Formats: sequence, C-alpha cells, structure tokens
Amino acid sequence: MYAYDEFDRAFLAERVAEFRDQVGRRLSGALSEDEFKPLRLMNGVYLQLHAYMLRVAIPYGTLSAAQLRRMAHVARTYDRGYGHFTTRQNIQFNWIKLDELPEAMASLAEVGVHGIQTSGNCIRNVTTDQWAAATPEECDDPRIWAEILRQYSTLHPEFTYLPRKFKIAITAAGHDRAAIKVHDVGLRLHRNEAGELGFEVLVGGGLGRTPFVGKSIRDFLPARELLSYIEAIMRVYNQYGRRDNIYKARIKILVHEIGAEEFSKAVEAEWAAIRDGALHLTDEMIADIRARFIYPAFAALENEPAVLAEALKDSRFATWHRNSVQAHKVPGYSIVTISLKPVGAPPGDATADQMDVVADLAERYGFGEIRVGHEQNLCLPHVAQQDLPALWAALDAAGLATPNVNLVNDIIACPGLDYCALANARAIPVAQEIAKRFSDLDRARGVGRLHINISGCINACGHHHVGHIGILGVEKNGQEFYQITLGGRADEHAQLGTLLGPAVSYEQVPGLIEDVVDTYLELRAGPQELFIDTVARLGVEPFKERVYASH
Amino acid sequence: MAAPQQQKLKVNGPVAVTANRLTDGAVVWRTRDGGWSVELADAAVVTTADAAIALLAEAGKRDLDAVGPYVAPVLVGADGALAPGNLRERIRVAGPTFELPQ
Amino acid sequence: MPLIEKGEIVADAYIRVPDEEALPEGAAVLIGIDRFLAEADGLKGRQAPVGVIWPNNRPIAEIEPYLGQLSLIALNFPSFRDGRAYSQARLLRERLGWKGPLRAIGNVLRDQFLLMERSGFDQIDAAKTADAEAFDEATHRYTVFYQPATDQRPSLLRQRLGRTVSGVRS
Repeated sequence: MYAYDEFDRAFLAERVAEFRDQVGRRLSGALSEDEFKPLRLMNGVYLQLHAYMLRVAIPYGTLSAAQLRRMAHVARTYDRGYGHFTTRQNIQFNWIKLDELPEAMASLAEVGVHGIQTSGNCIRNVTTDQWAAATPEECDDPRIWAEILRQYSTLHPEFTYLPRKFKIAITAAGHDRAAIKVHDVGLRLHRNEAGELGFEVLVGGGLGRTPFVGKSIRDFLPARELLSYIEAIMRVYNQYGRRDNIYKARIKILVHEIGAEEFSKAVEAEWAAIRDGALHLTDEMIADIRARFIYPAFAALENEPAVLAEALKDSRFATWHRNSVQAHKVPGYSIVTISLKPVGAPPGDATADQMDVVADLAERYGFGEIRVGHEQNLCLPHVAQQDLPALWAALDAAGLATPNVNLVNDIIACPGLDYCALANARAIPVAQEIAKRFSDLDRARGVGRLHINISGCINACGHHHVGHIGILGVEKNGQEFYQITLGGRADEHAQLGTLLGPAVSYEQVPGLIEDVVDTYLELRAGPQELFIDTVARLGVEPFKERVYASH
Repeated sequence: MAAPQQQKLKVNGPVAVTANRLTDGAVVWRTRDGGWSVELADAAVVTTADAAIALLAEAGKRDLDAVGPYVAPVLVGADGALAPGNLRERIRVAGPTFELPQ
Repeated sequence: MPLIEKGEIVADAYIRVPDEEALPEGAAVLIGIDRFLAEADGLKGRQAPVGVIWPNNRPIAEIEPYLGQLSLIALNFPSFRDGRAYSQARLLRERLGWKGPLRAIGNVLRDQFLLMERSGFDQIDAAKTADAEAFDEATHRYTVFYQPATDQRPSLLRQRLGRTVSGVRS
C-alpha cells in the first residue's frame, strides 16, 4: 500500500472544495453546461443515459480494505447499492446525483480516493499489473513508477487540455498483464546488462476507431529520466497533436501520420533540452516514494502446507485453487483472483455487500490489500497458502468463488447501451447470454484459456480488438448488430483481431460464439493448444467457413 | 445508435424532445407548456422537422433545468398513449435490460 | 474583458489594432502576427511599445529573432479546451528566456487561471468580469502542487524531502 501523507490529503480536500464550488456555480447558472462539462469530466463525472456516473480511480489497481469499504458506503448511500469495475482500474457508480456528488467525493477523499483525471483530455489514471509486488516475474514494483507518474500528472498545468485523453500503462514483468502495447504510452520496466532499471518506451498504441499496436521509440530509458522523457512526449503531443477532428486527436494518429521515427526525433530534441532540469529524479526522490509503499510483514512459511494438501481433496476447492490461485514470490503465499464474473451476472459488478466481504477477507487473510485488474476481476495479492481453504469458503458463501478466471465466461464487457450515452448496442446482456451457454464450467475448462471482449461501440472500452474473440456492437437501421474478430491479444504479443465475417444480429451472437468454440475444439492440435494459438496457426478462414455455413 | 445529438434531423413519424435533468440526470421530456416532465406521457409530440427544430430550439434556450436536449422518436398508440420509439429510448425510460445487482 | 496583472484588475495599456487600421502614434499597440511579421523591420524604429498576438498553431521558437523588439506577447486560447498555448508559454519562459509580460487572451475562464499562472502567464485577459473578480480565490484554491512548472512553487516530489507544508506559497 502507498501511504498518502498530509500533502495528498490537503490536495484532495482542496479539490473537493473546488468541485463543490463548480457544482454550485453550475446549479446557479454562472457556468453553462459547455463550460461545466470539461470540469466535471476532469473529476470523473459523466452524464449517461439515465443518470450521472462517477468514475473513481484506483491508482495502479491498489486498494486498502478501508478504501473498498468506503466504496461500499458510497454505493449504498449515494447510488443503488453496487459498483462496476472497469477495464482501466477504475470503479464506476451509475446512479449518482449531481447535487450529492460533492458529498460523495468528500466521503471518498477521507480515505484518499477520488475521481480526478478519470476522464477529460488529460493524463488519465496510470495503470499497471494487478500482481505488482506479488508476482515472482517482476524486476521491480511498477507501482513506484506509476505513483511518481500519478503525482507528476495530477493537475499538470501544461497538460490538462491536451488534444485528447492520454493513457499510460506500466509493466515490470515479462508477461504483460497491463496491456501496455495498446496504450498512448506503454512502459516496460526492465534491467539492462549492468543491472540498472530502465524503461522500454512505446507510443501510439490504442484501440477505439483506429486501433494501433504501440511502437517502441526507446529500448532503455534510465528510470530516473522517466519524468523528463514523459514531459517531452507530452509537450510534442500537446503542440502537434491534431485538434481539428476529435477522431484523429489521439497521439496514435500523430505517430502514425509523421511516423514513429520523426516523432521520436522530436521527443529526443525536446528531451535534450529538459533532461537535466527540475524533473530529473534524484535517488532521494525515488527512495522517498519507495519508502512510502508499505509491504506486508511476510511470515516464514513453507509452500503447500498440510492444511492445503488436505483441503485439495475437496474437488470444488481444488477446482477453484487450480483456476484462481497463482504463484507468489514469497514461499508459502499465493495470489488469489476473485472472479467478478459469476455466470449470468453483469461482468465486473460488485454489490456493496460483496465489497464489504472482500474488504473483511482482505483484512483477515491478505494484509488488508485488494487489487483490481483490467479484466474486471479483483485480487488478493498476498494470501498465506494455509489460509486458502478458509478464504475460499468465505468467498464461496458470498458468490465470489466462481472458478472461471481466464475462461470463456470470464468476459470483459463495457457498460454498453444499457448505461452509456455513447454506445450503439448492448454489451452486458450479450456477455450474460454467452456466459450462460458455457455455464457448465467443466465444458468451459475443457475449452481452456479464452478471452472474450465485448464493446458496445467503436470507442472500444471493452477492448474488443484485443480479445481472443472480440465482439463489437454496431447499429444498422435501428437494430443491434455485432462484428466478430478472432485472434486479438493484449499481452506482450499484442495484436489486433481479424474480422471473421459479416455482422450478425443480437440474437445470433451466442450461438455463433458457441460455433467458433466448437470449431476450435475440432481444429486444435491437442488439448494443450490454446484457442489463440489455433487461430494463429490456421487463421480465421476455417472458422469463417464453418461458422457462417451454419448461420 | 449514434449519439442522437450528432444526428441530422430527419423526422418521419412522431417525435419528442428529451434531455437529462441537471440536478440528478433523470430522463425528462419537453412538455407542451414549455416545461420538463419525467413522464413520457406529458411530452409534446410533433411530426415535422420544422416543428421538431422549433421545439428543440426552445428547449435549448435555457440549460439550467435540463441538459443536452435532442429529438427522439416516439410511438403513439391507438389510444394516444406514448411509448419510446427505439431501443435507446426504451432503455432510457425503463432502465437497463437485465436484472441489476442486489 | 478585464485585464488582470499581478492579481489586480488593471487598465490595459495596450491598444489592440486590427491589421487594416493605422497604428496610433505614440501608443502601445498589440497587433496580429501577420502584420507584425510583414512590418517587423519598420516597427523596430517605433518609439512606442509593440506587442504581438502569437497564434497557438505556430511554433513558438520562431518568435526568438523578434524578442528584442517586443514589449508584450499575447498567446491565444481560441477555446479554453485548446491547451496549446500552455506549452508555448512554458517554452517562452523556460527555453527562450522571455522575461517580459505574457498575456493569455481568448476564451480565458477562471477555472484555468491557476494553470495559466503556473505556465508563466503574468497577464490574464479574462473573458468574464465575474471571473476576473474571483481571480484571487481561483489562484489560491490549492496549496499543494505536485509537479514543477514555470512558477516558482516547489514541487511536491522535492518538497516532501523537506517534510514541510510551509513555503508552498506565500
């Protein structure tokens, strides 16, 4: 956990006061909607189909039990008793009232939580690996660097009115769980041959209307140069990013139009002028941030304790353990993923009661820490293996132990037309229906790892381009239709999916997905070949032939 | 259903003007007497582009009560009862199409 | 449109002269970029101050040869959502060493005053009188600044090392 200090608390209180004043000016008429909208957006407040929505940042996906409990409180007091975890390590409240928002924000600010820069044309919540500081794969805790970026970007005077929004993601592990290649800036933390920490810097990735995989413009940026290099990127983008067309305003279009090489030259030139300036990170500054992350006092434990071995004789527990528990860097501990995808429920939603349960369990078994991943699941990063049976029993009782992590019904979905003012088609009911088709989890397990991502419009909040199966809702003559892509992936081998064929109607989608899965089961080289690998080996053609022949 | 605010105004059938209430975002409909109501039944219904443009212009003059007004299709039943004219408006009136978490 | 300088509403000493009008003799003038570039040589001998409105889509580095003959630079916010002039302002101050007055003009609203001040603007041509009157409140709302910018407020990254809240802003 990162410990906020008196500065952070003072800042948040000042921010809440400012927003309260802005809401007051809006309600009195001193601010028009045109003037108010960017201000509320910069605080995470959208106006959706039926209500205002508050998006709250979960910086680098880390929450304390107290913070999660406060989310539950806000859901109960100011909303309808639930919240929705998003693909960007945020949580959204869907039914909040403008005149109650300042109160809700003040309540969140008391525990160091806020909606600042979760929307608007600014640097957004910096995201990273939900297994940070727990996975044996990483070279450093990426949250140190995400926190440095969070501070740097908070209310940045120069970069608050960029051409368009700006998303930065960091991974410090070889296996990329933060989807850095599809972000405006992706940072891969690694060590060079001399053992020094540095970043590979990618720019111009992104999904949406014009998807791109990011291009690497620097193999190794010494970590202490992070801020000056980011400032150089931002300054080039702020001046030269397009502002004539909102659909061409993201940095990916600038990088695409002038080429990664030209872009990189402009950044290097700007960086040369500022790299030794005020943004140079000294060892003391880095150490200061590092020191304010509090790590668990791990006990000296053995892997696979007797109590775990005994519990694994229970097949339900064993199934969950195989699916939702991952190796930890400390012996005797595990990383536990909590599926927010119970079959038939809206993906990523959690009730206030469930949030309280998870907060309690985090305190009892997980050093009070909770993580949120871009797959819209929660995670307890540090659980002693001897506590796994008791944790599972409690999760199971709360409907939070569905053993379907990374399976076909662990579906990523945006809110879609059921909530969102931008959407063209529904996403959640599509996800629910597909999940139900695979409600036999033995069948789902037989299929193996398969990521289905659904977006209700071209803006791609459901990351459909990088789903193993991607589903994009479109509208034709007032009806919902869905385009299907295969072969996308968001990890270190990121690539965009290939269109399978003509769009199909809402009613046809679940059957078509079943056909795609059945085709995979027929075509795979063996049970070890994952869906994504079969598509890579054979292309989409054999899928297209079989699926459209039957529809 | 591309954000209706950006659509060119084509009117072929009955339409009303809808928006969200400033204070809480609730769906509201422009009424015949120039106010706003949460009841679709109270909506002023017009059937020509000119009348719709006039209704929208009037609704947009003041943005303190309702935000983001636009023209939305409605269905008029045999008994004169009003219903939303497309899926988006049905969802705005009736809420999400699945059971909300409890 | 009230002009704010050093936190006070002041009279504008500059006359904004459209391109087609003759420059008034002996008066400080603020003129557009096209006229300025066309007449730059002739303006060198002018006895009264000249200011220029530099557009936000022209690289600010191109202003460098003219800095010696300028008494005021105005940067434009065609919409408050268009933030290019923030970068231009910082480059003028930090890269090109401009010490003279730097004015924000256009759709300049109170919720951006602080950002402008932090980016190096010392004159703000507010679009609304009520906003100008709220300048003090708008620029003193925060006591905590996370990142270094053009202003001299210490950034939190460095300040934390000293562990003190005082000295954030006098």
